[in-house]
Amino acid sequence: MSTQCADSLCGEPPKLHHMDSDTAYHAAKFGMWLFLATEILLFGGLFCAFALYRWMYLEEFSRASEELNVWLGGTNTIVLIVSSFFVALAVDAAQKGNNKKVSSYLLYTILCAATFLVIKYFEYSAKYHHGLFPANPEFNSPDFNKAYRSFFGLYYCMTGLHAIHVMAGMVILLWIRAKAKAGRFSEKYYTPVEVGALYWHLVDLIWIYLFPLLYLVG
Amino acid sequence: MENKTDNSHMGHILPFRVYFSVLLALLALTIITVAVSRVDLGTWNIVVALLIASAKALLVALFFMHLKYEDKLTWFYAFIPVFLLILLISGVFIDNPFRG
Repeated sequence: MSTQCADSLCGEPPKLHHMDSDTAYHAAKFGMWLFLATEILLFGGLFCAFALYRWMYLEEFSRASEELNVWLGGTNTIVLIVSSFFVALAVDAAQKGNNKKVSSYLLYTILCAATFLVIKYFEYSAKYHHGLFPANPEFNSPDFNKAYRSFFGLYYCMTGLHAIHVMAGMVILLWIRAKAKAGRFSEKYYTPVEVGALYWHLVDLIWIYLFPLLYLVG
Repeated sequence: MENKTDNSHMGHILPFRVYFSVLLALLALTIITVAVSRVDLGTWNIVVALLIASAKALLVALFFMHLKYEDKLTWFYAFIPVFLLILLISGVFIDNPFRG
């Protein structure tokens, strides 16, 4: 049990009028799974579009894919897997009521997320310097390969939407970390850590599919 | 304290080695998927890449996300979007090749 806690509830679950804390815990977790289902379908639309365009322009997609840097993409894959590992350990620490460890593991997770975004920034910059971006007039001209445009349009939509999720995840994890630092969690109450971690794992799950599709097979 | 083993009402606590083994498996599969992509297998490249990605996704879901220890309802909602996505992609591929 944490001895110093800035939080008024100090490790106790919030008092709810409409349900007991056990039910609240399961409902919160189930709610997140439900939300993750809609997230999979949100990305699913893009995966479907990618599948169709790849089928239509098989040759061009595999050539366009070679423009992407496998080493940077691969490094980012490893960064996200390690971040997922850290957030899983944060949940484990929360289940044992160790707020200090929750706070450190969440910090490592957030640092991995920041590393991911920095690498992504360098990747986007490289594409920008090669003129491979939709706002470039040359990129939009008719003599620029239509299939190339489709590939990079999908690349930016898919990795961009994913990057927004990374940023949202960072904000959520920072907020949970602040709660952990205030000594909010205990063996009896750690719902936000577990639910926040579920969201973070989804960010990893999506990238697990994005990496081979965009960088490896195109 | 005497109730320490009875945590059935709360989430599952897994030993550290489970998380660590999953991490190692995920890193190994990442290296394998990059290595396999360097070999030209034709159409099989994408099949292998998707199979490896799905194995990784399953490891993350089952152990990192504790899906293995969740109830049937959670399992249902975890897999229904996968089913719907397969339906969507199949629908598009049944339709598109037959358009004029």
